[in-house]
Amino acid sequence: MNQAKRAIVQIRNLSKSYRRGSQIIPVLEDITFEIPDGEFLALMGPSGSGKSTLLNLLAGIDSADSGSILINGVEITTLAETELARWRSLHVGFIFQFYNLIPVLTAFENVELPLLLTRLSRQERRAHVETALRVVGLADRMDHYPSQLSGGQQQRVAIARAVVTDPTILVADEPTGDLDRHSAGEILDLMDRLNRESGKTIIMVTHDPRAAEKAHVIRYLEKGELSDASQ
Amino acid sequence: MHLSKLLWKNAFRHRLRTSLTILGITIAILSFGMLRTVISAWYAGVDASSASRLVTRNAISLVFPLPISYKDRIRQINGVQAVSYGSWFGGIYIDEKNFFPNFAVEIENYLKLYPEFVLPPEQLTAANRDRKGCVVGRKLAERFGWKIGDTIVLKGTIYSGDWEFVLRGIYRGRDKTVDETQMFFNWKYLNETIIKTVPRRANQVGFYMVGVTNPNRAADVALDIDGAFKNSLAETLTETEKAFQLGFISMTEAIVIAIQLVSFVVIIIIMAVVANTMAMTARERIGEYAVFKTLGFRGYHIAGLIFGESLVITMTGCVLGIALTYPAAKAFGSTLSNYFPIFNVATSTIYMDLAAALIVGIVAAVFPTWRAVTIRIADGLRRIG
Repeated sequence: MNQAKRAIVQIRNLSKSYRRGSQIIPVLEDITFEIPDGEFLALMGPSGSGKSTLLNLLAGIDSADSGSILINGVEITTLAETELARWRSLHVGFIFQFYNLIPVLTAFENVELPLLLTRLSRQERRAHVETALRVVGLADRMDHYPSQLSGGQQQRVAIARAVVTDPTILVADEPTGDLDRHSAGEILDLMDRLNRESGKTIIMVTHDPRAAEKAHVIRYLEKGELSDASQ
Repeated sequence: MHLSKLLWKNAFRHRLRTSLTILGITIAILSFGMLRTVISAWYAGVDASSASRLVTRNAISLVFPLPISYKDRIRQINGVQAVSYGSWFGGIYIDEKNFFPNFAVEIENYLKLYPEFVLPPEQLTAANRDRKGCVVGRKLAERFGWKIGDTIVLKGTIYSGDWEFVLRGIYRGRDKTVDETQMFFNWKYLNETIIKTVPRRANQVGFYMVGVTNPNRAADVALDIDGAFKNSLAETLTETEKAFQLGFISMTEAIVIAIQLVSFVVIIIIMAVVANTMAMTARERIGEYAVFKTLGFRGYHIAGLIFGESLVITMTGCVLGIALTYPAAKAFGSTLSNYFPIFNVATSTIYMDLAAALIVGIVAAVFPTWRAVTIRIADGLRRIG
């Protein structure tokens, strides 16, 4: 229980702004917060509030102007590009709104992609991929191409791809944004199950209050500032 | 799965676009190969030249003859192993379109200087014995369906009248670089005839072919020959067979340069086409590359995917182009055998095809790779949806 409450993500005085011509637009301003290990956090807020920017910073795919991001003891803001790429491959599982599967690869091959960066043998990779696809309920669709799967099934493949390396955190950017209500419900149930049964720390950006309800904690981001919100 | 599988699948993701690009490369490589082969054919005479043969001609111009009496004086010069002579006859067989080179030569001695012309000894003896005897190349005999013993009539252009010859020998080339479209007949037959008709043109030859004992001393021997006839009525110019052949080519150098330029322009055009295809491809997949980077793939992985895809497309087109070059060259060579008796696709041409395709593939991938590698992940992901 104590282990579950350990802060796996520690953000201190994080700021980020974008430049549009000569104008500097602040997106995140001096944000400080922590996410305990095993947390399922929903980040909500209006469009342009900086939710996705914050998520990108946490996932190490964007760089902050100032501040610190400590994830599982690693200060990722100081990592070089190549170190950051390696860190991402080991510690972050990313779930996108539009699934972002590679259309010419089968479900199996899509899920196998992150494992190509590891030293696992072909047999070991196969075992991992089959397990991940079994977890998301698509063991029988391994040889299907994304175009042969429904939106919900494609998102489940994307989730399998995100968890196949057993990452430290899962980040999801509007994971149900492109799905009908039924499929969205299935995806949220799956994420909930991953959180409860596997103890995965999940940080999810969403507009959808129903999706946010699945999270343990909801935080609102508005005008670049994070507000403590209801649990 | 390996990334190479993805690379292959990516290359054929847009089948129509890729097929059309490959078709373009195939045609470009075919054109490039054919143009290079034309240039090789142009230089075939130079390539077939021997370092141990010198050509002595009139110093003023090739059209001016030399006295037959020079033969013995050339033979006595130190370093000369053998001397023979010949004259360009320029006869026409039935019609001008049937052009082929024909020379009046001292058959036996002349052919001894050309070991690359393989002629059965009995045919050589027969041709030598018969004043009207002639020897032709295999391709020439096949072209007109001539057989040993056939009578061949040429219409003289330089030496007027109809000239009758009897085919006594058919030579073959030692290898495929040897010209098999020439005709040789006895110079004595020509000389005996013109003694009667145009005596002032008798006892003269167009050139001497000189065999040297040591090819390394060819330049000295050439100087000695020309020195021997200095201040005579017919001064000589002696040069290596290669220089002699190059002298002919220099007359048409502008054409050769134009063909060379066109061959490189073809490659530049196809480079632009492939670069455009790769740029479109990379622009469409910029989001995918961002996903790859999100998953932890590095710049060199992305570069490998784009360069690999570009090379798969160009090398596929190249292989098809090379495969088509051989039958195309064969058809082209047989159609234009009058002008290009030797029209073989050289190994160096194939290497140039491969190098051109490789360069096109690499150059076409440079800009898309730079774009895909340098784009920020967040910007790339925004392109999706």
